[in-house]
Amino acid sequence: MKKVLAMALALCLALTVCSALAEDLVLKIAHIGPQTGPAAVYGLATYRGAQIAADEITAADNGITIELLNEDDTHDAEKAVNAYNNVMEHGAQMIVGTTTTAPCIAVGAKAFEERVFMLTPSASSTDVTADKDNVYQLCFTDPNQGSASAAVISEKKLGTKIAVIYNNADAYSTGIYQTFVQKAAELGLEIVSTTTFTDDTTDYSAQVADAQNNGADLVFLPIYYTPASQILIAASSKGYTPVFFGVDGMDGILTLEGFDTKLAEGVMLLTPFVADAKDDLTVKFVAKYNELYGEVPNQFAADGYDCIYALVEAARKAGVQTGSPAEEICDSMIAAMQEISITGLTGTMKWSANGEVDKVPTAMVIKDGAYVGLEN
Amino acid sequence: MVFLSNLVNGISLGSIYAIIALGYTMVYGIAKMLNFAHGDVIMVGAYIIFCAAQYWNLPFIVSLLIAMAVCTLLGITIEKLAYKPLRQATSLAVLITAIGMSYLLQNTALLIWGANPKVFPDLMNLNTLQLFDGQLSIKGEILVTIAANIIIMIALTMFTSRTKMGKAMRCVSEDRGAAELMGINVNRTISVTFAIGSALAAIAGMLLCSSYPLLQPTTGSMPGIKAFTAAVFGGIGSIPGAMLGGILLGIIEILGKAYISTELGDAIVFAVLIIVLLVRPTGLLGKAVREKV
Repeated sequence: MKKVLAMALALCLALTVCSALAEDLVLKIAHIGPQTGPAAVYGLATYRGAQIAADEITAADNGITIELLNEDDTHDAEKAVNAYNNVMEHGAQMIVGTTTTAPCIAVGAKAFEERVFMLTPSASSTDVTADKDNVYQLCFTDPNQGSASAAVISEKKLGTKIAVIYNNADAYSTGIYQTFVQKAAELGLEIVSTTTFTDDTTDYSAQVADAQNNGADLVFLPIYYTPASQILIAASSKGYTPVFFGVDGMDGILTLEGFDTKLAEGVMLLTPFVADAKDDLTVKFVAKYNELYGEVPNQFAADGYDCIYALVEAARKAGVQTGSPAEEICDSMIAAMQEISITGLTGTMKWSANGEVDKVPTAMVIKDGAYVGLEN
Repeated sequence: MVFLSNLVNGISLGSIYAIIALGYTMVYGIAKMLNFAHGDVIMVGAYIIFCAAQYWNLPFIVSLLIAMAVCTLLGITIEKLAYKPLRQATSLAVLITAIGMSYLLQNTALLIWGANPKVFPDLMNLNTLQLFDGQLSIKGEILVTIAANIIIMIALTMFTSRTKMGKAMRCVSEDRGAAELMGINVNRTISVTFAIGSALAAIAGMLLCSSYPLLQPTTGSMPGIKAFTAAVFGGIGSIPGAMLGGILLGIIEILGKAYISTELGDAIVFAVLIIVLLVRPTGLLGKAVREKV
């Protein structure tokens, strides 16, 4: 018995020595996002994208191992803070997240206090980064999305009379709406109908009717895909067929269970990632994602993937060590983040000191149940 | 024409509120309790129909019958487990239990069906009625909902006034103690009330999701609260009142959104409720019952 114990002990010792010898840099990164709930599509996508990136980096055998922790926040600010506390207890060094805006504002405030570096793949409100030097965004900001949408609509002459339907109980939707209106006024676009709804709304017929009665030929929907699906259904039952123009929240509409994707035909949206692009990086990522999860990745998956690469790049530059506590590396991560430039699935990105990303948005249109570039 | 089209939208929404309100008012009228879980029984009914039609490919009528059976069982079970032991307790205790039951159902649905919303399939496959050269369109589902409302309203009124069970229900509603002394089985009567109310919930779930095809665990809660408002508006306990209240509420909501502000839509609805209750505390068709002192 003693012999066995001794052997076991020796084995343990040998293992510890071995792992110490390899001196792999182990980064503990936590992903937080909704994986159940109304916004589950986004959180699952960012997590899966991040996981693929983490596995790639670990498998590449260049001295970095990524340990990805994952928590579900169900797109709820309170649950997101709990999730944050949980991953910090497990020794997370930095955070990819949170995926959606409202939880990200809550978690960001807490992370700012405790000095934990955060890079959100997709929470796009300026409130996410405002007054917080440690929170960075990988996606466009809402102002950026709102004004870019107005610019695309004006430049490509997609509509002359515009209706906007937005969720006035949601920071993300309201944020995009405000900058859209500003830019639209600058560019001389005519907005003929502005209506709102909240998370509790069942009936969208009044909003759709208002747009229709005011003769709008383009309806701008700065909202998530779930209410968007109901608006498309309501419009089709009224025989109303304007151009629908969405932003990144529209992404996901093609995978909504039971939804007739024919209704989404011709819907336009701004997204920095197209799954049918032909560059090597995209082709490889799409194939891997499809193999693991049996579906075509959306832009959120690409955002999650790019987040991990950006964090690793910044961590290298900042000289992060295995097991360095989050609060110690936060400031050097912030400095490093402003120096790096990476080319990922969603374009070439650089970051400014206020945490906002600098990259180029592209407009897409849904054709035969898939996204294609608006240019084609 | 714009007004007419808004009016049609209002009636559409109102007819959905009305059908849910019928279930509320029926249970309140007889058991004298607010079954806040009613909205969630509707959600369960809609999920059962969704599963039966989408996953098992059953015909629409069979799916509806299965859902009605499941909801009836569910209603009786809820009543037996949660409400019956509280028969002698204060009405506040029963109310809190009903709210708890509502959350229990929502979270159980979250566990079983997950939180990803599902788009309810177009099961009835009805045409849209086009009037005035297509300027006014009325969805077939709405006509079915209104017809269902009227049929259910008449059937319930006949049932409570003509049948033995119905008469027993009215007795229980009037004076539970005296009804018991007259040899009426009060517990059984209340169980039957819940069974009927829950079967109606399955029908309401089908109609709700056919008109507004988004199915998630919280699908029943907001329409449930609005329908409860409608039932109070029309005079809770009154069967024609529930229908009138529901339709008026829908019209007020849509016209408020169309002509005043979409942001204030819900505020207008509840403001009207407060005004009506200030002027007529028993609701539009409610009977004023004098309490003997």
